[in-house]
Amino acid sequence: MSLAADTSPMRGLGRIGCLGWRLAGAALILGAAVLGGICIGETRIPPGTVLAVLANRLFDAGFPVAPIDDGIVWAYRLTRALVAAGCGAGLAVCGVILQALLRNPLADPYLLGISAGASTGAVLVAVAGIGAGAVSMSLGAFAGAVAAFAIVAALARAAGGGVGTRGAGLIILSGIAGSQLFNALTSFLIARSANAEQARGILFWLMGNLSGVRWPDVALALPAAVLIVVVALWHTRALDAFTFGADSAAALGVPVRRVQALLILATALATAALVSITGSIGFVGLVVPHAARLLAGPRHGTMMPLAALIGAVFLIAADVLSRIVVPGQVLPIGVVTALVGAPAFALILVRGRAAG
Amino acid sequence: MRLCGEGLGWRSGSHWIVQDVTLEIAPGEVFGLIGPNGSGKSTLLRLLAGLSRPTRGEALLDGTPLGRLGAREVARRLAFVQQQAETADRITVRDAVELGRTPWLSALQPWSAEDDRHVARAIAATDMQRFEARDWATLSGGERQRVHIARALAQQPRVLLLDEPTNHLDIRHQLSILQLVAGLGLTTVIALHDLNQAMGCDRLGVMQGGRLVAVGAPAEILTPPLLERVFGVRARALVDPDDGTRHLRFDPIA
Repeated sequence: MSLAADTSPMRGLGRIGCLGWRLAGAALILGAAVLGGICIGETRIPPGTVLAVLANRLFDAGFPVAPIDDGIVWAYRLTRALVAAGCGAGLAVCGVILQALLRNPLADPYLLGISAGASTGAVLVAVAGIGAGAVSMSLGAFAGAVAAFAIVAALARAAGGGVGTRGAGLIILSGIAGSQLFNALTSFLIARSANAEQARGILFWLMGNLSGVRWPDVALALPAAVLIVVVALWHTRALDAFTFGADSAAALGVPVRRVQALLILATALATAALVSITGSIGFVGLVVPHAARLLAGPRHGTMMPLAALIGAVFLIAADVLSRIVVPGQVLPIGVVTALVGAPAFALILVRGRAAG
Repeated sequence: MRLCGEGLGWRSGSHWIVQDVTLEIAPGEVFGLIGPNGSGKSTLLRLLAGLSRPTRGEALLDGTPLGRLGAREVARRLAFVQQQAETADRITVRDAVELGRTPWLSALQPWSAEDDRHVARAIAATDMQRFEARDWATLSGGERQRVHIARALAQQPRVLLLDEPTNHLDIRHQLSILQLVAGLGLTTVIALHDLNQAMGCDRLGVMQGGRLVAVGAPAEILTPPLLERVFGVRARALVDPDDGTRHLRFDPIA
């Protein structure tokens, strides 16, 4: 015991020093990923030019830069990279939260019916003409996502679950019911009223799409991502306490109902905001939490920031791939994340079986 | 620390699982809770632990209702060891025990050397030092139960509630868990199935149909008429010729 007392202050100092280095490392990796996301594309832009544009825009540095480069970097690629980073980090963290709260390794941010609802909302605007052109597809998607989540939450509650110590199974089942309903509605709307052109556009959106992302989208995506990451980091100990289930968390003094309600609501709103910008990009919220857990262990204090970082870098990379894999054509980013994510997830499953 | 239940009742739908339970557990006492399956032992423990809110009555710690203390304050005074809490996460024994510090930590009160000391003490008290770095998945049922008790001790509780902690364990581990719990010196409420093991408690409470039907010293409680009435078995007390301890033998009622 005296040994523990002697070494612990050193360990504390080590932790603080470590934290500083880790934060710096994470910022460096994220910065490099964003820079790479801006440089790589159909027209390659040298990093020097990118940095010059950023210096001009941010600090009025006055470097000589071609207007076309300035336009591509500032208006197109930087916004895409930032929204990709925000979505990746946000969805990954939402996935971590739901997997921890619901004690289910297959939980992801779309479990609560959010992506299904967003799709229905977007299709209602794009195909059925709701809002008569005054409402954007994003707004429709956000409204649809919130409506679907409200229905799923009400259903879970009516079934006697919702938040509380025995709610996890009912939330999952309610989410499945809600998702199926809204997916069917989306298919119905497309089959009934969309022409081929519209159907292709919708499909593109449903798979996740960063084309057409501009600064106003950044202004929504980054705050949503930062907010959910901060909320998640604030609750890492509470999430750890769910290791042995909600009952055990309650016995450890975690106000289970309040924490569950707050985290699920925050997760739903953040996911709805992110999905309304980019469509439902799959696999990030499911696979990245597992990757972070494999690398950093199950403690949320260490794996949560790592999941956010991996999610951000992964989506920036997926966006780059979606732009360069097929020359002259941009793939939906969800196709890329699924093509990379599905084999990665299969690997995790096989490894999990081997370990079990 | 004194734990009381006053007129405790808990209803699920229209069915009362626990009704009118009033009991008082003295500081340092080991109180055994016995009764057939479905008699309300687990629910009563959950009410006493503050995990379920009573439909009627209240549970009190040193005279303060649990509801007024709040979950965190309750968890600093009282620890609850569930029946077989499991996880699929790849955590170590040390990780699991560190969870016990949760009620003492927050985003503004980070992990400190004191927390390390309490965790080390809890691991030592349960004799799990050799297992500290082991993965949860590699532990036997008895070892897992010891880790749960260590986790509970890391909460620095003055009251310990255990829900059938010896369930599914082999006899050696059953005895070692009971010995461990009895030696802690905490106010303890323990639900038990084995009536011979229940004889080692300071006092026993008997649950039947959601009601506490008898409370008293084991020798007064574990009598053939009561056992026949509550458990529906014929019981006979045998005396060990070596040391004179009483032992119960059970037969079905013909």
